[in-house]
Amino acid sequence: MSSSAGQAHHGEAHQKPLVGSMGVDSRKLGLWAFIGSETLFFATLIVTHLIFYARTSNTLSSVGALELLDPRLGYLAIELTTVLATLLLASSLTMVLALAASKARDWKRFRIWQLATILLGASFVGGQIYEFIHLYHEGLKLAPAFEMHLSHEAHKALTALNLDPSIVRLKEAGEHATALVPSLFGVTFFVMTGFHGLHVTIGIIWLIAIYVKVSRFPESPENPMDIELGGLYWHFVDLVWVAIFTLIYLI
Amino acid sequence: MAIAEQKLTSTAPTTKESFQWRSWLATVDHKKIGIIYIISAFIFFIIGGIEAMLMRVQLGTPNSTFLSADLYNQLFTMHATTMVFLVVMPMNVGIGNYVVPLMIGARDMAFPRLNAFSVWLFLGGGFLLYLSFLTGGATNVGWFAYAPLTQTQFSPGQGVDYWILGLGLTGVASIAGALNFIVTVLNMRAPGMTINRMPLFVWMNVVVSFILIFAFPTFTVASIQLLFDRQFGAAFFNPALGGDAVLWQHLFWFFGHPEVYILILPVMGMISEVLPVYSRKPIFGYSFVAFSGVGIGFLGFIVWAHHMFGTGMGPIANGFFAAASMVIAIPTGVKIFNWIATMWGGDVRLTTSMLYAIGFISMFIIGGISGITLASPPIDLQQTDSYYVVAHFHYVLFGGSILGLFAGAFYWFPKMTGRMLDEKLGKAQFWLMLISMNVTFFPMHILGTEGMPRRIYTYESGMGWEMWNFIETIGTFFLAFSVLMFIYNVLVSLRSGEVASNDPWDAATLEWVVPSPPPSYNFLHIPHVTSRRPLWDAKYPHTTADDHHGEKSAPSQIRYEYSHEDSPGAKEIHMPTLTFMPMVLSAGLTVAALGFIYINQAILGLPIRTASYVFVAIGIVMVFYAIRGWVLDSRRDSPYLGHH
Repeated sequence: MSSSAGQAHHGEAHQKPLVGSMGVDSRKLGLWAFIGSETLFFATLIVTHLIFYARTSNTLSSVGALELLDPRLGYLAIELTTVLATLLLASSLTMVLALAASKARDWKRFRIWQLATILLGASFVGGQIYEFIHLYHEGLKLAPAFEMHLSHEAHKALTALNLDPSIVRLKEAGEHATALVPSLFGVTFFVMTGFHGLHVTIGIIWLIAIYVKVSRFPESPENPMDIELGGLYWHFVDLVWVAIFTLIYLI
Repeated sequence: MAIAEQKLTSTAPTTKESFQWRSWLATVDHKKIGIIYIISAFIFFIIGGIEAMLMRVQLGTPNSTFLSADLYNQLFTMHATTMVFLVVMPMNVGIGNYVVPLMIGARDMAFPRLNAFSVWLFLGGGFLLYLSFLTGGATNVGWFAYAPLTQTQFSPGQGVDYWILGLGLTGVASIAGALNFIVTVLNMRAPGMTINRMPLFVWMNVVVSFILIFAFPTFTVASIQLLFDRQFGAAFFNPALGGDAVLWQHLFWFFGHPEVYILILPVMGMISEVLPVYSRKPIFGYSFVAFSGVGIGFLGFIVWAHHMFGTGMGPIANGFFAAASMVIAIPTGVKIFNWIATMWGGDVRLTTSMLYAIGFISMFIIGGISGITLASPPIDLQQTDSYYVVAHFHYVLFGGSILGLFAGAFYWFPKMTGRMLDEKLGKAQFWLMLISMNVTFFPMHILGTEGMPRRIYTYESGMGWEMWNFIETIGTFFLAFSVLMFIYNVLVSLRSGEVASNDPWDAATLEWVVPSPPPSYNFLHIPHVTSRRPLWDAKYPHTTADDHHGEKSAPSQIRYEYSHEDSPGAKEIHMPTLTFMPMVLSAGLTVAALGFIYINQAILGLPIRTASYVFVAIGIVMVFYAIRGWVLDSRRDSPYLGHH
């Protein structure tokens, strides 16, 4: 988004264009520092989620209801998320291939791989939107309690535990039984994954902008660096998902 | 766009007559951006000072009804928020913006448009914060906004939302500015300006920038979470619904304590420039001063919970954070001894700037010592939330940051304006300010140990607090008068002050090579640097000190000639074009943030809610328009894509 003053001096041979006293492109250096900053941003979101998840699971396990009501097992569909994570990881590969193509100045191949990256990213976001809507209908909302649908057996088992309503409140409406559990799981989950999804969306817009620019000006020597920068951000966003997927879904 | 076609070199005003608003509002010149920061921060300094005086009038006598309790709460919250986020930070950034590129021999910051975006977004955030006074009352929860007081049931108005979004905008501006500083310092240095030859002010700016990019995101996330609590009922920090009030304290102070070093380290850098020049001696222990700054930066991240001893964290956490906090005294002490050793045996010139620098050291020592006492949990448990704490942070922030900023102001004013400030008036102002700040803040130590809590809007008579409170209030008026003297000094000096030469202080660093004020492109010929004190080497080659043992390096190559606006060859230097887009982008974000504050205000009825959507929509449109324009402008400046 920014060009560098001083890097654009014509006529003075003391600096190569786009490379500064560190021998690195200024925008690349800036983007690395920005990624450092973003790491703390996501770390705070992830840690908040883990703190509140630990609290919920401790409370539920202290009354013996964790196995029936664990929001992670009850809501998060590991199959769907594995597919989404695979799509996003695959997009990192296609991004690398797009960059390699641009370095070989093969613009046709670049366009294919860049488009593939964009589409894979978009399917991830689409999948996430689907997941959010699904979870909302399942009773996981942006609210400090979740309402989980219960099977007949689960309802029976929970009724037998005779739980304090401040920990779990059972509700029965005709055939359907639900358990209302005060927990910040939904809040922290939606805020954390929502901000990640927002970052992926910004990344997609960025990659589209690069696609358009490179297609319009294939001769510009800035192209490989433009692509590399977009790719750097893209890989970071993927890596954040690896952290979220591992910490939230797997362990 | 017609404006964008013109080059800065041809539109930059050289005289008062050619002053153009456009050349400021659309500027991407680091010097003009620096001045916008400095002037804005100074205006906020006056506003924050007025808030302080209103509070002091209220507290000057017992049982006073001058202010209501609620207004008093708004004032102390906004006074702190203003002084931290809208005065000391932007003043540091402003002086850094002006001076750092000059010091490292660069023609601008690495990202000039991003730099303009930062300054306008900072102003947008300041605007939002102060708009809240007119829209139902500013935030009144204290600057660290402890939960659960910030939840809607205890703070039903929009003050807290304005605070969150206002600081959100200044936070984004600060991160963008810090990234810019990091890249500028690492990547834009003149040939020969190695990391170990950089002026210490540059060192401290880069350290602070790294602190900032790692500390701010935590606060950003915490305040977003708080916003979700308030707008969407999320309950992150609402214990009644399963949230955690202490989590807010941890997240806030994980940012808040490094923030303290963000406020003081650049000022320490300024002092490290000022002292050697007026002592006519190189800084004593350059590496120690530089690396103790780095050390403070690291340690600053592991001491946050010393703000929370009163919360009851248990002996292990208390012990760790107490020990870590006391360790910070070591690198700080290293700096102080280095500054004293720099003056020792030097040919000291007691200019106003030097007096302020010495004032900084003395007052900072007092604030530092009370800080060490507060690092001890048993003492802190006695003193926390008392006026002793208020005394402590005013000694480090006023006695430290503000006095140091005045040292920097008197030092660099000639470079920025081409005029000298009046020294006689300046010295009178220094003594008045030094004495009256002690009259104002020193008795707070006594009141604190006598048990006067901070943040009370009034007190009964007969507590034994009347005399010191009254004295403090008197002190405030003298303090205000000393600031007025400075304003008068600036206004008179701008008009009729002595004309400043390139190098009025016989200084050692590169900003004094170029004319005062410098041309838009700074250096016609980029200097080649061979030592830490390039200008002293050039002026006094026989005394050239060496970086390496025994080997005398060739003096830095510095060419003074032709470095003015119309120099032959200046037209060849390509600087980025003027652009309004950074300002439009910042304005768009500000408008969207303003709309967002009312996004969930069902109580106020339909019109407000609809208006809020309209505001958010307008803001987003402005953002996209500005990004598009920004991309087109940068393409215009690209050496490869050319004009279209």
